[in-house]
Amino acid sequence: MSMSGPLIFERSVPGRRGYAVPPGDVPAVPPGDVLPEDHLRAAPPRLPEVAEFDAVRHYTRLSQANFSVDTHFYPLGSCTMKYNPKLNERIAALPGFAWLHPLQPAAQAQGILQLLYELEQLLCAITGMAAFTLQPAAGAQGELAGLKIIAAYHRRKRRARSTILIPDSAHGTNPASAALSGFTVIQLKSGPDGLIDLRELRRKLTKDVAALMLTNPNTLGLFEREIKTIAALLHEQGALVYMDGANMNALLGISRPGDMGVDLLQLNLHKTFSTPHGGGGPGAGPVGVAKALEDFLPVPRVRKVGTRFRWEARGRATVGRVHGFYGNVGVLVRAYAYIRTLGREGLARASRAAIINANYLKVRLQDTFPVPFDDHCLHEFVVTLKALRARGISAGDVAKRLLDYGCYAPTVYFPLIVEEALMIEPTETESKETLDEFAQALRAIAHEAQHNPELVRRAPQRMVVDRVDEVKAAREPNLRWVEPDPSVQAAGSKPHAAPPLGSG
Amino acid sequence: MQVPAELRYTKTHEWMRQDANNEAVVGITAHAQEELRDVVFVELPKVGQAVKQGEPSAVIESVKAAFDIYAPVSGTVSRVNEAVANTPQLVNQDCYGKGWLFAITPTAPAETASLLSSEAYEKQIKA
Repeated sequence: MSMSGPLIFERSVPGRRGYAVPPGDVPAVPPGDVLPEDHLRAAPPRLPEVAEFDAVRHYTRLSQANFSVDTHFYPLGSCTMKYNPKLNERIAALPGFAWLHPLQPAAQAQGILQLLYELEQLLCAITGMAAFTLQPAAGAQGELAGLKIIAAYHRRKRRARSTILIPDSAHGTNPASAALSGFTVIQLKSGPDGLIDLRELRRKLTKDVAALMLTNPNTLGLFEREIKTIAALLHEQGALVYMDGANMNALLGISRPGDMGVDLLQLNLHKTFSTPHGGGGPGAGPVGVAKALEDFLPVPRVRKVGTRFRWEARGRATVGRVHGFYGNVGVLVRAYAYIRTLGREGLARASRAAIINANYLKVRLQDTFPVPFDDHCLHEFVVTLKALRARGISAGDVAKRLLDYGCYAPTVYFPLIVEEALMIEPTETESKETLDEFAQALRAIAHEAQHNPELVRRAPQRMVVDRVDEVKAAREPNLRWVEPDPSVQAAGSKPHAAPPLGSG
Repeated sequence: MQVPAELRYTKTHEWMRQDANNEAVVGITAHAQEELRDVVFVELPKVGQAVKQGEPSAVIESVKAAFDIYAPVSGTVSRVNEAVANTPQLVNQDCYGKGWLFAITPTAPAETASLLSSEAYEKQIKA
């Protein structure tokens, strides 16, 4: 593996500093006088000692080796890697937002409280739900909060319900969140069309089911056409319908989960509402609920009294607090800016464009790679690369080769119901030219697979870091830098990274 | 593809071997380990744990994803293969031998009738 340079630790020179601290004008207190002994370090942490300039060069160089939405096409299925408008950043950087302290009294923070209140109202209008909490900091945390609400609801009704039904096309976080909340997960096998099979649902829908957790559109990019029937079946049994709203980018201004019979859902603002994502920033996973579940929402909640806004810290049946203060407020400001910029019609146009882009790309690729569950897709679609197996090439190999062509790799091997899956989500922000280039790149790779398979199996070749050993990394994770043994260094050996954790 | 005739199989790609002492040893098939590719982590059940036919009883994680392993028959876990927890690649190297996962003392021996023969399993993976 060719690395692009030394680690920041390896650049360290004892005593080198990037700044000078002015002499203190308050008396120094030894840490031992104010902190318990077991909280004190015996030796200072071994931080790299470098000049500011070294740090700037080091991290600038690393950032330039990165793939991001701002540098490359990023069709990472299920993640909605749309462009993050820079206007969002300008709004979030306004001093009135950026300089607020979370403990500022509500009387001095009326602006942000109004924004949060209005964002909740906007999300209610978009989804058809009755109320929202903006607290959860990620989609999966939203799921967890949603499941706590489901459990609290059944407790209140004095119903013993211990299972959650989850289709096999759901996001992997769904069964994980349900298990973490103490529920037993029962999987629903998809029908031949890739949708929920009503007979399978009826068979597994017992009086022990607390809720169905479904993703709509599902991870194949298909809309659950029978959603109203599905919701009615659940409700007849006294169970709830939870919708993973991670794929909401297909539905804005077109249809509302609240109108489909969904009782609660989480949104992923960092997907659908254009806030930074992945390494680019923290997430936000607000949870919306139907009227009957409003009392269970986490506290505090923002209330409007007359023309003023205030925190309400208590709730009769609340599941409690799920985040310090009120979630990732900077992210919430960006999502608000996005919704206000596009407006109702703009959001609907964004979803329509996302659907058109995905369908266009699917048709452009259909001669190269088949789509096993082939229907009009919504915002994303899943192709199978099964045919390349005969050439000893996997979906992962093709994904890595795409990096050489300047495209970020789509999601691979997911959902599990498609063999050698590539899950492609172009989003609305890409032009026809970019989609054509991507289709061209995949066709070129399919050609290479037939005529020069080694090129694909060894990809990437043009990146700063070439093919890494994922198996070794998973089996023997080497997660931290350990100072090289000075006796080894004195003998003239090159300092090297630490031995793997757990091997000795 | 290797599908030993003396074993019984599930649709979900587990194999089961009935031992003389009435213990049922469980692993995954050659087809399954090839589909999964390099196995990097195995989570085994606990000895003494009750398992039910068709329900998740172990987890295998590969570079591709994490997969549930379903119990071929109901019973109590009598032994687990510690070696495979420490050296997960055994599942790839020797799935019918050193890469076995756990053993069950069956509580409903009649369930074995619902398992697939090697011919039936071979037919399924070729379909």
